[in-house]
Amino acid sequence: MTASCALETKVLCKSFGALAVANAINFQLLPGARHALIGPNGAGKTSFVNLVTGVLQSTSGQILLDGEDVTRLSQAQRVKRGLARTFQINQLFRGLSVLENVTLAISEREGVAGNFWRPAGKRTAVVEEAYALLDKLGIADEALRAVRELAYGRQRLVEIAVALGLKPKVLLLDEPAAGVPSSETGTIIEVIERLDPTIALLIIEHDMELVFRIARRITVLVQGTVLVEGTPAEIAADPHVREVYLGERVTP
Amino acid sequence: MTAKSAAHTIATFARRHRLRPMEALPWVLAVAAYFVFPDYLALGAQILATLLFGLSADLVLGYAGIVTLGHAAFYGVGAYTAGYLAAHGVGSPIIGLIAAMVAAGAVGFISGLIILRTQGLSILMLTLVVCVMLQEAANKMTSITGGADGLQGMEVQPVLGMFRFDMYGHTAYWYALGVLFLGWAVTRTIVHSSFGRSLTGIRENVARMNAIGTPVFFRLVTIYTISAMLAGAAGALIAETTQLVALNVLSVDLSGTILVMIILGGVGRLYGAFIGVPLYMIAQDRFSTIDPTYWYFWIGLLLVLVVAFARGGILGMADAVLRRFKRSP
Repeated sequence: MTASCALETKVLCKSFGALAVANAINFQLLPGARHALIGPNGAGKTSFVNLVTGVLQSTSGQILLDGEDVTRLSQAQRVKRGLARTFQINQLFRGLSVLENVTLAISEREGVAGNFWRPAGKRTAVVEEAYALLDKLGIADEALRAVRELAYGRQRLVEIAVALGLKPKVLLLDEPAAGVPSSETGTIIEVIERLDPTIALLIIEHDMELVFRIARRITVLVQGTVLVEGTPAEIAADPHVREVYLGERVTP
Repeated sequence: MTAKSAAHTIATFARRHRLRPMEALPWVLAVAAYFVFPDYLALGAQILATLLFGLSADLVLGYAGIVTLGHAAFYGVGAYTAGYLAAHGVGSPIIGLIAAMVAAGAVGFISGLIILRTQGLSILMLTLVVCVMLQEAANKMTSITGGADGLQGMEVQPVLGMFRFDMYGHTAYWYALGVLFLGWAVTRTIVHSSFGRSLTGIRENVARMNAIGTPVFFRLVTIYTISAMLAGAAGALIAETTQLVALNVLSVDLSGTILVMIILGGVGRLYGAFIGVPLYMIAQDRFSTIDPTYWYFWIGLLLVLVVAFARGGILGMADAVLRRFKRSP
């Protein structure tokens, strides 16, 4: 059954000295999943994303992408195997145009980004694909504007667009709605709902509205340990979860 | 979004790399300067060679965002390589130039493999260290470099066996201009390519470049090597046209000066060097005549003004002014 997982971690551990940010995490993300990872601040959610993507090296344990061990591979090599992510705080090329942000990602995916004689603008297929992607996300009208000139909510969409430019099989969204005014959260949710259903999606999120709208499976992480995993209904009803995390957030 | 505006957006993006009429201006001016200032051709050739050095520095600083205080290392290696060959019977300037590029590129590649693993201040320190170490090595190896006395006995043959270097600098000027033009053509091609754009991406956000699968370290080593080769060519030009190489070509001082020059003009803009280098060198030439004791003060003042009032250098300021004109009808 292992091979059928889009992403899997086995007894994944990471500690900084005495602080364990990942404590024997066993996690499975199925193809086409809509999975949320929730937990209180400092639970190790972003560390988990950093471990999976290779920003951090794990202390022990295994990470498998599509059944293949990628634990010792670099970030770039994992991306080449279909793993993409977004960041909790925008990591964009702020001085470059929106179109160029996405073009850079597509060029890397297509393996043309190392070419130093052909003008980037002449790669029509790449630019057209980037534009079409922006169009799909509803930000094509700002394609030529520098990212830093955009409202934060729209920058969040560029953040997602760059990741989608990699045509990922596994997409990790680290708090896609963080910092977005609540009036614009709806747009983000719609974009996520319209994603290609074959992408295995893992969302880390604090916004419970978003989690319960999108996720069909939820994992709760507390102090680097998986507390419980289940369907949204199960999670909402779980007394442990209510105690350590949801608390007053769940409306009566 | 209508199909028309989609096509328009894509076309605007795709047009960026095309040559604009303005880009002929530096070359027109350079050719005109030859006829207008026949007494200043030696200075002119030096400016053209330094311009190539500035272009190479802009590739690493302006495009890739590698803050270096040791770029003279490659310039110096190029100058000594061409000088050493000319002093030992290999007087062909073209062969000297190519050898200088190979030697400087090798030093760039090897030092880059070590330096570019680090970031920020560490890079700054390590580039500086490489430059200081090479200068000290050149100081000690007197049998090869002539040490503090400089390299003696260069005999540079005519360019392509036809154009002898003369005391007025006619040949030097055209030779430097030709090499600069080639260097510019290469640089321009690189910065508009997908590779060049990915360098800009690395400068803007390394974390994101890693996250889209860019082999960042490999890209940086590549551009560092290419830039070192161009700096080496610039060093060779200076050596061959002045027939003199001394320890100052490897100085941290020069590494800083070239940064000042391109910052004056505007970094990451390809043409920043074309503004900053001539401005600095002409100002230096004029100020040092008018005020021989304190000329450096005036250069300093110029830099303070540019940094305070014109972020993005003189070209950045020109851009801002043009934009304002376009907006107000």
